[in-house]
Amino acid sequence: VNPTVSTGRLGWIGLAVVVVVAALMPFVVSDFFLNVILTKALWLGVAAASLIFLAAYGGMVSLAQVGIYGVAGMTYANLVLADGGSTVAWNPWLALIAALVVATVVAIGFGWIAARSEGIYFLMITLAFSVLVFYFFSQVTQLSGFGGVNSVDLPGILGNPEQDPVPRYFVTLVVAVLVFLALRAVARTAFGIGLQGIRDEPARMRALGFDVTLHRMLAFGFAGFIAGIAGVLSVWYNSRITPGSINLEQTINVLIIAVIGGLYRLEGAWIGALAYALIDNYSREWVPDIGNVLGPARFNTIIGLVFLVIVLLSPGGLVGIWEGMRDRLGGRRGGGGTQTTTTAGPETGPAPGTVN
Amino acid sequence: MRVVNMAHGSLYLLGGYLALEMQEAWFKEDTGLNLSLSGASDAEYGFVGWFLPLVLATVAIGIIGVLMQQVFLRWNQGQDLRQALITIALSVILADQMLAAFGGISKDVQAPSAWPTSVLLPGDVRFGFFRGAIVLGSALLIGLLLWLVIKRTRFGKIVRAGVDDRDMVSALGINVNLVFIGAFLIGAMLAGFGGVLGGTMISLAPGQDTAFLLNSLIVVIIGGMGSLGGAAIGAVALGLVDAYADVYLTFGGTDLTNYSIIVTFALLVGVLAVRPLGLFGRPA
Repeated sequence: VNPTVSTGRLGWIGLAVVVVVAALMPFVVSDFFLNVILTKALWLGVAAASLIFLAAYGGMVSLAQVGIYGVAGMTYANLVLADGGSTVAWNPWLALIAALVVATVVAIGFGWIAARSEGIYFLMITLAFSVLVFYFFSQVTQLSGFGGVNSVDLPGILGNPEQDPVPRYFVTLVVAVLVFLALRAVARTAFGIGLQGIRDEPARMRALGFDVTLHRMLAFGFAGFIAGIAGVLSVWYNSRITPGSINLEQTINVLIIAVIGGLYRLEGAWIGALAYALIDNYSREWVPDIGNVLGPARFNTIIGLVFLVIVLLSPGGLVGIWEGMRDRLGGRRGGGGTQTTTTAGPETGPAPGTVN
Repeated sequence: MRVVNMAHGSLYLLGGYLALEMQEAWFKEDTGLNLSLSGASDAEYGFVGWFLPLVLATVAIGIIGVLMQQVFLRWNQGQDLRQALITIALSVILADQMLAAFGGISKDVQAPSAWPTSVLLPGDVRFGFFRGAIVLGSALLIGLLLWLVIKRTRFGKIVRAGVDDRDMVSALGINVNLVFIGAFLIGAMLAGFGGVLGGTMISLAPGQDTAFLLNSLIVVIIGGMGSLGGAAIGAVALGLVDAYADVYLTFGGTDLTNYSIIVTFALLVGVLAVRPLGLFGRPA
C-alpha cells in the first residue's frame, strides 16, 4: 500500500521553475483567480502537506489536521482584535506565535494518545479528535460559538486584501514554499529517516532501541505545527473563522485534497489543492443538470466521485498518474536503444506548472 | 471482518429516508380535514403502516450494503486504509445525493398512531413509550441475538475464525466470500433498522449521518474493535457521560455545561491512555 515515497534529492530546478511561474501569476491572471484559486490552493496545500507528511513518512493517515488547524486559527482569532471571542487585542505577530505554540502543544497531546495505535484505528481516533474540536468551539460561546469570530485583525504586511490581494498571495506563496522545504528537510534528517524506519518496521526499530511511540508523537507534533500554520493562513485568507469551517466536511475535504494529489508525495498536497480549488469553482459552471442527481449545486457529488475514482484507480493520486505516464513514455523512448534515457530517477521535484 | 465502513452513517440515514418514503407513498390516508399546522399529526398510521416500511427498508439497506461490499470492497480485502477511503468517498456522494433527493428539512417517520406517546412509570415518572419500550427493547433483543449468532452458531464461528486468519479458513474449504456477504448483510441491515428507529424517535436530517458515525466511532474506540460486549459498554458509557455532562457540569455558581464535550473527550483519552486498543480490543 506504500508506493515509492520520495526520499531522493530535491529537484531544485523544478522547484525554481514552479516558484518563478507562481511569482509571475499576479501579472497574468485576474485578481479573482489569484485570490479564489491560487491563494486558496496554497494554504489548503499547507494543511494537506501536514497530512501527507505524516502519511508518507510516518505511515499515519491523520484526520486530526483540520482540528489542529482549527485550534491554531481559533487561538489567533481570539487573541487579536476581532468580533466575537475573547476581548484581548494582541499584536497579530504575537498572536501568530501563540497560535502556533498552542497548536503544537495540542498536537503533541493528541499524538501522545493516538501514537500507540496504528492504521485504521489511528484514522478513527484522529477523526474523533477533529470532530471533538469542532463541537468544542461550537459549544463554547466564550471562545467562538456557532457564529465564529469575525472581522479578524490581520498583520500589516497583508495590506488590505479586499482591494489588493497580491501581497497576501505572495505571503502565502513564501510560506508554502518554506513549509515544503522544511518538510523535505526534516524528512532527510536522522529524525525523518528514523520515522520512515518506524513506518516500515516498528518492531525492528523498537529492537534497535528507538522509542517508537515518542518518535511518532513528536512527528505528530511537528505536523501539528505545520497544520497550525495552515490554520493561521486560513484566518488570514477568510479574515474570519467559524466552527463550520473546521467541521467534518472540511476534515474530509483536506483528506480528499491529499488523496487526489497523492498521499505519498509532498508535492501532491498543492497539486491536489489546486485541483480541488479549480473543481470547487468551475464545476458549478460546466456541469450539466441531470435531473436532481447532477448539477451546479451537487459539488460534493462531483468531488466525491473524483475522490472515489482516484482511490480505486490510482492510490498515488495525480502525482502517481503523472509518474506512471512518465515512466511509460520514458520506457517507450528507451525501447529503441539502451535504457539510458530513463535514469532520471523517481525524484525530479514538483512537476512544472503544478503549483501555479 | 476487519472492515471499517465509514459509509455506515449514510446507510443509517438512507434507511430512515426509505422507510419514510414508503410510509408516505403507501400508508398516508388523509383523515378529512388537513387542519393541523404542524403537518405531522394529520395522518393516521396503523401498525402495518409503520412495521412494513421498517422491514422493507431494513432489507433494502442490507442489499445495498452487500452490493457496496461486492462492488467496491471485495477486491481490495485486507487493505484497511484503502477500504476506509473508498467508504468515505461513498459517504460523501451518498450524503449529497440524499440532500438532493430528500431536502434539507428534518422529517419524521410516524409511529403507529394507536401507540401511546408516553407511559407512566412507578414513582410518577413519565417516559416516552417508543423511546423506552420499542428502542430499548429492540436494542437489547438485537444485542442478545447478535451475541448468540456470533458465539453459538456455525456462522459465528466462521466469522470469528475469518477475522483471525482468513486464508486458513479459506483453505479449509469454506467460501469466505459468502461469509463476508452474510456479515455485511447483517451489519448494513442493522444500520438501516437503526435509521428507521432513529427516524421515528428523533428525526431525519442531513448531518444525522455524520453525528451517527461519530457516536459509533467513539463507541467502537472505547469498546475496542471487533467486540460486541465492548460496543455495548462503550455505548452505555458514552450515553451516560454525554447526558450527565450536559446537565450536571455546574460547580456552585459557575456553569460549565458549555464545556461538556471535554468530558466526552476525557472519557476517550482516559480509556485510550490505559488501553490503546479500547477496553476489549485485541491486536490484529
